[in-house]
Amino acid sequence: MTVRTAELAMTLLLAAFSVYLMAKSAELDIGWIKGEGPGGGAWPFWLAAGMLVCCAVTLLRWWRGITPESRDREAFIGPATAKILVPTVLSIAVMLGLTHVIGIYAAILLFLLFYLRFMGRHGWALSLGLSLSAPVATFFFFEAALRILLPKGITEPLFYPLYSLIY
Amino acid sequence: MELLEPLINGIIIAIEPINLMMVVLGVVIGLFVGAMPGLGSVNGVAILLPVTFLVPPTAAIIFLAAIYYGAMYGGAISSIMLGIPGASTAVATTFDGRPMAMRGEADRALVAAAVASFVGGTISIVLFTLFAPPLAEFALKFGPPEEFALMVLAFATFVGLGGSDVAKTIFSTLLGLVLATVGLDIISGQPRLIFLDLPGFYHGINFLVLAIGIYGIGEILWTLEISQGSVMISKVELSLKRMADAFRHLKVTVKSTVAGSFIGYFMGILPAAGATPGSLVAYGMAKSFSKDPESFGQGNVNGVTAPESANNAASTGSLLPMLTLGIPGSPTTAVLLGGMIIWGLRPGPGLFENNPEFVWGLIGSLYIANVFAMLINLAFVPVFIAMLKLPFTILAPVIFVLCVTGGYAPEQSMHDVWLILLFGVMGYLLRKLNYPVAPMVLAIVLGPLAERSLRQSLLGSQGDMMIFLDRPLSAAFLAIGLALFIYPIVQLARHKKRQGAPSGEG
Repeated sequence: MTVRTAELAMTLLLAAFSVYLMAKSAELDIGWIKGEGPGGGAWPFWLAAGMLVCCAVTLLRWWRGITPESRDREAFIGPATAKILVPTVLSIAVMLGLTHVIGIYAAILLFLLFYLRFMGRHGWALSLGLSLSAPVATFFFFEAALRILLPKGITEPLFYPLYSLIY
Repeated sequence: MELLEPLINGIIIAIEPINLMMVVLGVVIGLFVGAMPGLGSVNGVAILLPVTFLVPPTAAIIFLAAIYYGAMYGGAISSIMLGIPGASTAVATTFDGRPMAMRGEADRALVAAAVASFVGGTISIVLFTLFAPPLAEFALKFGPPEEFALMVLAFATFVGLGGSDVAKTIFSTLLGLVLATVGLDIISGQPRLIFLDLPGFYHGINFLVLAIGIYGIGEILWTLEISQGSVMISKVELSLKRMADAFRHLKVTVKSTVAGSFIGYFMGILPAAGATPGSLVAYGMAKSFSKDPESFGQGNVNGVTAPESANNAASTGSLLPMLTLGIPGSPTTAVLLGGMIIWGLRPGPGLFENNPEFVWGLIGSLYIANVFAMLINLAFVPVFIAMLKLPFTILAPVIFVLCVTGGYAPEQSMHDVWLILLFGVMGYLLRKLNYPVAPMVLAIVLGPLAERSLRQSLLGSQGDMMIFLDRPLSAAFLAIGLALFIYPIVQLARHKKRQGAPSGEG
């Protein structure tokens, strides 16, 4: 996809989102309620309408080739960039997905191990050292110091001895 | 002098052990964040804000302000050593800092940068101390119409001074404002904009979710993309004798440093102007008023001191509207403002009356942070240079983990963490298409305040929009806002005319 096409696609997507926001805002009152002032939907409705106008302007400027992006025929995301960014975003998404199942600590461990060893091509010693110490540090910071419980999923029982340590 | 007493109290608060510890820790992290290309003060503050739930609000803001401050010092390190600005605020420092380093004068450039930052910081804090209380007192008279007009003015400055695509800047601002309305309607309490009926949207979209998404995930994706090339670190010789020598050489920079401090401070006060343009303007001024303008860009030490004093002064300057009016002047101060709301403080003119120990503790801590930032900076230059060699493939995943845990902590909901990833990817794509993202973050912080003041004003006037023009102050704010709004359009038209004229200057 060229930058030119990407700008068009993004503008259309954002315009559609603006329309969705307007429709969603209109579920509340967007007019004047006597004695109460403007209804709850009025402010977001008119803001979203403004967004739609901005999209229309951008679309016009794209059509007439005024924005630098609309004249740019280079690839929007080149293969070299995609090779780094796609696995990065996917691995974060997998980490979040796994958090629901095996908990955040195990997910962080796996994510760091994957990223350091296979994306960064660092040695096993550094990869393992960092991926093991990060969840430990996170645990003591959030659960012991801040008393904020992070999700643990099916690994919860493993943490019982640690709970007795900090509580 | 009536200012002296609260100031001394503030400094006493700032040197309480916990606060002093926060200053030192914040400055060290700030130096690091500032020095790492791809990370700046706003990333550091946004990613680490959830960490501050551990300490009381005063210590928390002192910590975050120290990061902000340290980052302004740190930016110079990579500008000089790598030729890459560590943060956008240090772009101008590369112009002469890099040539100095190539000539083997990296130590002179680093010392000049540190001292200039110190002078810029000190002058601006003194100005801040003098200006803030009267401005806050004046702002106490503001009613909802003035508040709303002031926010319109703040958004208009983004359009006027942003310089990039006007339609995209406005879109970004409006989107931030809409995202702020998700959740329960602030007046009627009705659920509003609950996308896909997901229950996670009932607690709204926390500004941190957007800030961490954009400045944590999005920005790191951006840096991963551009940091594929290798960097070359300049060699630096460090010895006490050379340091002392470098200090003696600073006599020639007094004028550019002091001028840079004042320019930076006033640029910092303007919303949306801030440290980056401040440092560029200071550089330009130093060059045009120099007896030897040709030497700029070849390694003139004044080309380092002017932007470095200016960016520090600007960071303090941008705290002025944030603390006194509740209008942040930069994305970093917007995140700080959001933090204050989380800690249960109401930013704005009342802050000086209701939470004096908070405000003055912060001001006091800036004096202290300034001294520590310079000392730590000078003492640890070799350490920071070693850290610049840290591959981004180590730093990036650690930052992602910090984003995930930090994003989960405030509401303890995985829904928010998924949103962070979504905002991160969208923020990256939007940025690639020249949509400015800073106005969006500013807007989501100011959104609820703007909506409340608008609806209260309209309720008071029975729906008559003229209320904003009937009151002289709000009319004035709107007029300035309108002028800023029209300015880029007029400039564009003029530019076109000039291009059309046959005798162009090239």
